[in-house]
Amino acid sequence: MTNLAIAAQDSATMLGRELKHTRRLFGLLFVGSILVPVVMLLLFDYILGGAIGLGLGGREGGRAYIDFLVPGILMMTVAAGSSATAINVCTDMTGGIFDRFRVMAVGRGALLAGHIWVSVLRTLVTATVVIGVGVMVGFRPRASGWDWVGLIGIVAAFSFAVTWLSAAIGMAAKSAAAANGWTLPIQFLLPFLSSTFVPTDTMPAGLRWFAERQPFTPVVDSMRDLLGGAPIGSAAYLALVWCGVMALAGYLWTRLAFDRGSR
Amino acid sequence: MNVATQPQRPTAVSVAGLRKAYADKVVLVGVDLQIAAGEVFALLGPNGAGKTTAVRILSTLLRADAGSATVCGYDLDREPHKVRSVIGVTGQFSAVDPLLSGEENLALMGRLHHLSGTDRRARTIELLERFDLVEASRQVAGTYSGGMRRRLDLAMTLMGRPQMVFLDEPTTGLDPRGRQTVWQQIRDLAAGGITILLTTQYLEEADRLADRVAVLDGGRIVAEGTPGQLKSRLPGAHVRLRFAHRSSLDAAARALPASRPDEEGLVLRVPHPGGVRPLREMLARLGDDIQVEDLFIHTPDLDDVFFALTANPSRGQIR
Repeated sequence: MTNLAIAAQDSATMLGRELKHTRRLFGLLFVGSILVPVVMLLLFDYILGGAIGLGLGGREGGRAYIDFLVPGILMMTVAAGSSATAINVCTDMTGGIFDRFRVMAVGRGALLAGHIWVSVLRTLVTATVVIGVGVMVGFRPRASGWDWVGLIGIVAAFSFAVTWLSAAIGMAAKSAAAANGWTLPIQFLLPFLSSTFVPTDTMPAGLRWFAERQPFTPVVDSMRDLLGGAPIGSAAYLALVWCGVMALAGYLWTRLAFDRGSR
Repeated sequence: MNVATQPQRPTAVSVAGLRKAYADKVVLVGVDLQIAAGEVFALLGPNGAGKTTAVRILSTLLRADAGSATVCGYDLDREPHKVRSVIGVTGQFSAVDPLLSGEENLALMGRLHHLSGTDRRARTIELLERFDLVEASRQVAGTYSGGMRRRLDLAMTLMGRPQMVFLDEPTTGLDPRGRQTVWQQIRDLAAGGITILLTTQYLEEADRLADRVAVLDGGRIVAEGTPGQLKSRLPGAHVRLRFAHRSSLDAAARALPASRPDEEGLVLRVPHPGGVRPLREMLARLGDDIQVEDLFIHTPDLDDVFFALTANPSRGQIR
């Protein structure tokens, strides 16, 4: 077998392992990553939505706040997947099993492949559920067939990027609890400091400056464009570039964490 | 180095001048080792002696700062992949996947070793039987007891049919029965011709399992040899006599000039060359008037070697 074929076979093996994990930790992995976004959705829609909707006035084309909110919640759902990935990777690292794999000459790529791809798959499932809940409480997407394809692409790309970052966090963290803690900025801080819940032009100058330049804003904006049936603007391209940058940063960080103090 | 005990065997592990330091402390200070193929070699030492670091280096998980080593003929630095293909490692912390069943854990190893489907299934069944895990094979390993986990861990290590196995404190944390079982498994491995390097802080373990023992202390090998050779380096066989009264102790000490009272209790320590006749002579010199409460014969064991070599270096340098 060539090295590439061996790597592919090992990756498939690790993918199978992660799928089994996902099945056995079903509650833990899905409830958290669905429940948190759904609670945020209901909270912002029913409690804050009235006031925010009035405040936004006609600027969102006279549409209900729920149509502005759900794309943001969708982005948060993807970001929420980072916690499970970081915890799973960290558990592997700190338990003895990671060393066992390394002694068996399983490459770094294959070691993480299972975590990365299963995490993206899990996120596609949770994202679908969250959009479904949004529709139940009044969200009305105007996306065409191709818009949906584009949306799946953006969700997958963003999930891929977030997963690489969380895998690196999982490798660098000393414990699962710490790994979870380090994903909180991805899960909450960056979403709040973006156009997730309100348009950035309602923010004070300093925050607005940051919100308009950080990667999560173009991701939310492009999801909003696609779900609202608006033409795809520069936000989508910017989002894809940012996803590439984040994934690359996460990948390089995992290399660093992998090589630190060992071979 | 002493490999005279098995002159006909090829070398499985050859280590020269191995050094490793972390930012704040030196862990290994120039370790040299030769292990013959098929040998059971014990690395004995207290906590923090560098045992785990040595195993991690020899099993390719850690890079040494200096020194060279070959494992099964492959150079550790230049051919780590070749080394990995012939070794198995059971670390100090059980390296099983707690979310997979015993059977699935073994199958996972088989897949990563690229065994064929039939070989993988046959080997899985064989190892489950050998390690007494058939009944629990469908339960997830997270529900296993400590002993079962350790057995599964060993079974996983053997899935790829290694020529050389590293066992880092294989019985730490096990109950006496679990320890006996693991000892038997190690003997079976050795009988199958596999070279074994085990680390332990239990002297009894090294004594019972190992063909040769090296005592590691403060990052260097302070003694090496068969358990018998190490024990013979220590003069230390003696008889301990316990008395009920101080007066008896004093009288006995006068009757036996070579003896000396122990620091604690009413105990007299008398050098004992071995055999029954010296014992009878000693008792005859005590006569009928001195009442001896109790008598123990103490032959040196690895504990004595261990304490002599590691506890008080200034006194213990006997090599």
